[in-house]
Amino acid sequence: MSNAQIATFSPTAQRVTTDPCLLPLRVRDLGLKCAETSILHGLDLDLAPRGCTVIMGPNGAGKSMLLKLLHGLIQPTAGRIEWGGKSPTEVTARQAMVFQKPVLLRRSVGANIDFVLKARRKPLTQRDSLLEHVGLLHKARDPARRLSGGEAQRLALARALASEPEVLFLDEATASLDPASVKAIEDIILDASARGIRIILVTHDIGQAKRLADDVVFLQGGRVAEHSAARDFFPNPQSPAARDYLNGRLVF
Amino acid sequence: MAVQLVISGDADLFEIVGLSLRVSLSATLLACLIGFPVGALVAISRFPGRGAVLVLMNALMGLPPVVVGLLVYLHLSRSGPLGFLGLLYTPTAMIIAQTILIAPIVAALSRQVIEDLHAEYAEQFRSLCLSRMQTVTALLWDARYSLLTVGLAGFGRAVAEVGAVIIVGGNIDHLTRVMTTAIALETSKGDLALALALGLILLVIALGVNAAVQGLRMSARRQAYV
Ligand SMILES: Nc1ncnc2c1ncn2[C@@H]1O[C@H](COP(=O)(O)OP(=O)(O)O)[C@@H](O)[C@H]1O
Ligand SMILES: [Mg+2]
Repeated sequence: MSNAQIATFSPTAQRVTTDPCLLPLRVRDLGLKCAETSILHGLDLDLAPRGCTVIMGPNGAGKSMLLKLLHGLIQPTAGRIEWGGKSPTEVTARQAMVFQKPVLLRRSVGANIDFVLKARRKPLTQRDSLLEHVGLLHKARDPARRLSGGEAQRLALARALASEPEVLFLDEATASLDPASVKAIEDIILDASARGIRIILVTHDIGQAKRLADDVVFLQGGRVAEHSAARDFFPNPQSPAARDYLNGRLVF
Repeated sequence: MAVQLVISGDADLFEIVGLSLRVSLSATLLACLIGFPVGALVAISRFPGRGAVLVLMNALMGLPPVVVGLLVYLHLSRSGPLGFLGLLYTPTAMIIAQTILIAPIVAALSRQVIEDLHAEYAEQFRSLCLSRMQTVTALLWDARYSLLTVGLAGFGRAVAEVGAVIIVGGNIDHLTRVMTTAIALETSKGDLALALALGLILLVIALGVNAAVQGLRMSARRQAYV
């Protein structure tokens, strides 16, 4: 499989600059309970307006749930999530999310992009540049569900970018992909970040976290165990949990 | 002799077959127009009493054709509430009866199909902030192959039923005589050749519908659209 060609993708519609943006993010005392089980509790988090935040932590720490809460896919049972004082629907609409297992429509590759462009009332002419951006232009007519894992995830990324989000969430988007596919996706993420899209991603891949992160949030047992700048976190994690995790020891 | 009738292109025979197809295809189309959106809406909605609605939909799937025929008859007969329309003993009455008969089947089966698909898409759709309308149309389109199969199942049931069309159509020669009612009549009259010829055609249609379903499934699977 060849790497994605990173062509420049420049959205035709300019974002309204007078509109105050979603960031910075303020999370206070966030709690989530699912059927009597407490999944997240007393979680505080502040995210700066720019950059790429990597959320790490052992399986079951609550990373996916936190992403879904931040994106507004589920409602917290306690606490507040403040995205620049925006209403919940507006928050979700100005963000996009790429899931671990891409959910592709039973249509062609191109039609998967068209679907989002139409839903967001964006010009369909952006489709080809988006596909080219993720190296899938030559597959525009293929059935989307016939794509390989890496191609499918690139399509999911292109679809997420089609809505011109201010914030892009990725939940273990490169887990189970080969190194070339991981590289292709990381390049697209870095490009998006450089264009000012706020990236918040979950990964278990420490190498990837080092390559992408500006800051790292380490979750453990439904709480933030540590939140530090990437340049401090990797050489010198402060929390015992993060230290054990980075050393490949099981965290309890 | 029955085969000869089919091959020789007997005019009466083909009139009957033509009307059968016209009535049942129209009923199928109407039932799909009603059943697909209803099935999709129930599939994606959560409301109090939903369980009861599901039970009702499944129960209506098993409506006996004669009961449907009787109910439509009561409404369309001279003294009935819709008697002024003068529809009794017309192909329109037969289409109405068959639509009522198979719309619940189409709705219940498509509800299941759409609900399964929605379970897969729901989170992604919520992330895209789709309206209810956009969700329904997207689900209907993405379930198109399964829904075609559902439609064909409805058509199969419509074209093979006799109870409803005989009550509201009256089996009038050159007007409301369809394959099933003609078979019933000709058999009782002892004209087994015509009855057999019609039976043969009905069988071929049933086989054709099944072959179409199979073909659709295969082509959908090839493109990973199921
Ligand atoms: N629907 C649910 N009901 C109850 N518990 C759940 C549910 N979904 C997830 N959990 C639990 O929530 C915790 C956090 O899950 P998740 O956010 O998926 O973890 P991860 O950090 O691996 O992404 C896990 O312990 C999981 O078992
Ligand atoms: Mg997870």
